[in-house]
Amino acid sequence: MRLQSAIARNRFVDSLFAILGLLAMLVGLVTLLALFLGLALDGWSRLTWRFFTSYPSRFPVEAGILSAWVGTTTVMFVTALTAVPIGVGAAVYLEEYAPKNWLTDLIEINIANLAGVPSIVYGLLALGLLVYQLHLGQSILTAGLTLALLILPIVVTSAREAIRSVPNSIREAAHALGATKWQTVKDHVLPYATGGILTGLIIALSRAIGESAPLITIGALSFIAFLPHPPWQPEFPYLSFQWLLDPFTVMPIQMFNWVSRPQEEFHTNAAAAGLVLLGMTLAMNGLAIFIRARFRKQIKW
Amino acid sequence: MKPSPDGSGGCPRGAHSSRVARERAIEWALLLAALTSVAVTVGIAGVLVYESLPFFRHVSLAEFLTDPQWTPLFSEAHYGILPLVAGTLVTTAVALLMALPVGTITAIYLSECATLVVRETVKPLLELLTAVPTVVFGYFALLFVTPFLQLIWADLPGFNMLSAGLVIGVMIIPYVSSLSEDAMRAVPMDIREGSYAMGATRMQTALRVVVPSALSGIAAAYALGISRAIGETMVVAIAAGMQPTLTWNPLEPAETITAYIVQVSLGDLPHGSIGYQSIFAAGLTLLLMTLLFNVAGYLLRKGFWKAY
Repeated sequence: MRLQSAIARNRFVDSLFAILGLLAMLVGLVTLLALFLGLALDGWSRLTWRFFTSYPSRFPVEAGILSAWVGTTTVMFVTALTAVPIGVGAAVYLEEYAPKNWLTDLIEINIANLAGVPSIVYGLLALGLLVYQLHLGQSILTAGLTLALLILPIVVTSAREAIRSVPNSIREAAHALGATKWQTVKDHVLPYATGGILTGLIIALSRAIGESAPLITIGALSFIAFLPHPPWQPEFPYLSFQWLLDPFTVMPIQMFNWVSRPQEEFHTNAAAAGLVLLGMTLAMNGLAIFIRARFRKQIKW
Repeated sequence: MKPSPDGSGGCPRGAHSSRVARERAIEWALLLAALTSVAVTVGIAGVLVYESLPFFRHVSLAEFLTDPQWTPLFSEAHYGILPLVAGTLVTTAVALLMALPVGTITAIYLSECATLVVRETVKPLLELLTAVPTVVFGYFALLFVTPFLQLIWADLPGFNMLSAGLVIGVMIIPYVSSLSEDAMRAVPMDIREGSYAMGATRMQTALRVVVPSALSGIAAAYALGISRAIGETMVVAIAAGMQPTLTWNPLEPAETITAYIVQVSLGDLPHGSIGYQSIFAAGLTLLLMTLLFNVAGYLLRKGFWKAY
């Protein structure tokens, strides 16, 4: 009898826990849903073509995100161009070259620790170093470099995982045919790891695209009613890098600016900007999942 | 390698040594890339200390740590970091009260109870929470959560630490749940089977066998969640207000360290002014606080480490 009641009690506790677990799971999911629906309901009406092609304005109905999305695109371009060579280089070194010594240990511990540093601290680093010591100004270049340093740990970690998943037999085969270490890495390991590296990079960039704290710290302006210089020019050499040193604003800063105003109409703009921003990050995450699935299908060890 | 007379078999000596030189150069370049991360750490520590030294020459450490007021930009300036630290600790505490139980229970549920389909759907969905830009969470805290909470506490001010903390809590749930779940799933099956064989229920196995075995991983997940909560900026800057008041009551508005840095950066402070230096002193405090929790997490991880 006692046994039966004990079993019944345990069953009851088990099902109680299952319900509790379900509820806990729902906290996150319901919030996510509420956030999407709330943003969509508030901001949908403002999502017109004009919203994308107008500069910010004192009048909420005329204000748009032209300078913000152009700023975000250019900053992300600089970020990707900086983070890829450094991040992949570091990953290749740690996986393929690094001897087992204190320096390697130091680098590894250091990368793990950097991932825990608050993003605003990177902003302070950029403010003290890039803006005031290297005199890069409050520019697209500074912002791109700041975010590149911020996402470096993510890029390195995911690239290392991708490189590690290439089986050793590939390397041995290349070495057996007389390839040098670098030839092996360049012609065999990296091509196989591209899918994983790309996935990690896109996820890292989708983090960077939503970051505003470090960029506010370096002094990004929120009212920019002009575009950066175009990257081309009529005379030789036709390419212009003037835009790198232009002031900028980005999507999350524009949204922050609108949220912190008291007028309701600006909140509608903020919701619309938030929807666009959310769309961008979700699209990037979707792309990452797609690329991962595709490469997984192509390569079977 | 010996060059053959006609130069066809094997490679000529010159090509060989240039190839070695190239290999060497590439290795150095890659090492340089790896060292960038060390340079970043040194840079962060260096800049924070270098820029806040003049601040601490002006303000004594005793005043910085004990003065109950923080008004560096006023004519009658006070430089006590306590109000900002209190704001940071209160929002972090609210966030953790939300995220640690919910995240842990979610992890146990997903790892021990849920079917494969549920796990494979819910985990990526929860991880979407980490992809949402923090400024969007700030918007949500200010314009959805606060009005909702005002239905319960009618006199809740428009800016308050409770709603900011709760939203940060939801934000860090995936950090806690994902890493904890990974740790629990890494516990080998035979340990669970042993427990079942002794007549333990699923719940008893989960709480008394799996969780203790996965404790090091769970501690790491907590440490990550805590440092995320301390360093979170936009949510508190938008929803918790920007007045540095020394209060431990989450229903009141207050400013955190991060929100202060944002507030100062939004204005146009001249380089070298005491206000400019004060954000580096605040940043140094923030970094030391996150470091404290990271080291604690590291020690916990070492202490609980179990090898199978």
